[in-house]
Amino acid sequence: MNIDEVTLKTSDFVGQHVNTAEIDGDVDIFATGMVNSLFAMQLVLFVEKEFGAVVENEDLDLENFKSINALCNFVSRKLGLAAR
Amino acid sequence: MNIDLSEAQRHARLEFRDFAAQLVAPYADEHDRRQEMPMTIIKEMVARGYQGAPIPSEFGGGGMDALTWGLLCEEIGGASASLLSILTVHAMVAQALCKWGTDDQRRHWLPRLAAGEVLGAFALTEPNIGSDAGNVESTAVLDGGQWRLNADKRWISFGQAATLFLVFAKVEGKAAAFLVERGCQGLSTEPITGMLGFRSAMMADVHLKDCCIPVENLLGRIGFGFSHVAGAALDQGRYCIAWGCLGLAQAGLTASLDYASTRRQFGVFLKDHALIQELVADMITQTGAARMLCYRAAILRQQGDPSMIMEGTIAKYFTSRVAIKLAADAVQIHGANGCSDRYPVSRYLRDAKLMELIEGSSQMQQIMIANNGFNEHRMNARLKGGNGSVKK
Repeated sequence: MNIDEVTLKTSDFVGQHVNTAEIDGDVDIFATGMVNSLFAMQLVLFVEKEFGAVVENEDLDLENFKSINALCNFVSRKLGLAAR
Repeated sequence: MNIDLSEAQRHARLEFRDFAAQLVAPYADEHDRRQEMPMTIIKEMVARGYQGAPIPSEFGGGGMDALTWGLLCEEIGGASASLLSILTVHAMVAQALCKWGTDDQRRHWLPRLAAGEVLGAFALTEPNIGSDAGNVESTAVLDGGQWRLNADKRWISFGQAATLFLVFAKVEGKAAAFLVERGCQGLSTEPITGMLGFRSAMMADVHLKDCCIPVENLLGRIGFGFSHVAGAALDQGRYCIAWGCLGLAQAGLTASLDYASTRRQFGVFLKDHALIQELVADMITQTGAARMLCYRAAILRQQGDPSMIMEGTIAKYFTSRVAIKLAADAVQIHGANGCSDRYPVSRYLRDAKLMELIEGSSQMQQIMIANNGFNEHRMNARLKGGNGSVKK
């Protein structure tokens, strides 16, 4: 797994759940109301199943989840992947 | 989709069925009339490991797999929807702790929940806040190294007897979740009676007036109380209720088959009347469809697949609709007998109505299911067109 794979999979997953045709990697998907209330936990399960990283209490920081790029950075840190 | 039960699951189902048939169903109507649930039944469920069944074994729970847990909810739900709701809210509190508790919180609370030393209740709904749960009016402030909570919670299942409440409140406008013990000064509960259904679920209003709790009783982080803590709990709740509705539907069907096989009108059994057969055929088909959705939700849950949340929502929405349809048909088949308290089908109908409201009303489920469908449709169209989904 490298950071490009993380980005591709994360983009695809988020893209399936936002109510807009295109999404910028830095846009705050929660603040803009692009997702519903179920999505937060779907995102957690996605990270855990797809990347094998356990999301825990101390990871509950909006900076980790607010956008596709934020999520990719979070997963990369969890997996110990080198930053781009 | 492989829905074969393992030998262990078949054995467990027989055990659950026996418990429900011997110790729950025969008394459910009486408990419904008295609007109470004896603690002896709760203790029996604890002794059998049912209350702690979904809690991981490392914390003293049963570590039960999702499908077996679903089978337990089905059997309890078919015998007493009120008892199912008590089992559900306990599991919701445990689920929130499993997922978002710190190591210390998990080590402290989960073994106690598994052993039934503490019994959980989920305190989200308020007099002014139902479906709009992200906007609770309850508040919490840090005061002298403690959290000070002021909250009025309504329709709290098992609120009369629970000893640990998962309470949702706003901290400076952000949602947060707190673990509040019954003994906390300032906490009081007020029994709710006269409900249409769930009459023995020991429902209560829960009041917290300047209730101070230790700082370590914050569960999850501030700002994540609704989206993640309640989200994890409600996912568990919808799953339990979906299976419970399946049990309720099955109970209505079984009661109808029994009644139609023994009741004679116009010289023949009801089962030989074509219009009764029409009702029964639809009941059988709808129960089967509901069962398939529950099994699908179980398999995805076992896999930890992100789609388990939406599939659980779909299962809850459909099974609750089936439960009330079947209960109404069961009453129809029973005629005036079905409208009396001589047969359990009138209780099934009253309880089924509440199933369409708890853990998210059918209308809220419909919105989420439909939006998800449109999102999937747009994604599929985008993939066919070969367009990228993200602007980098």
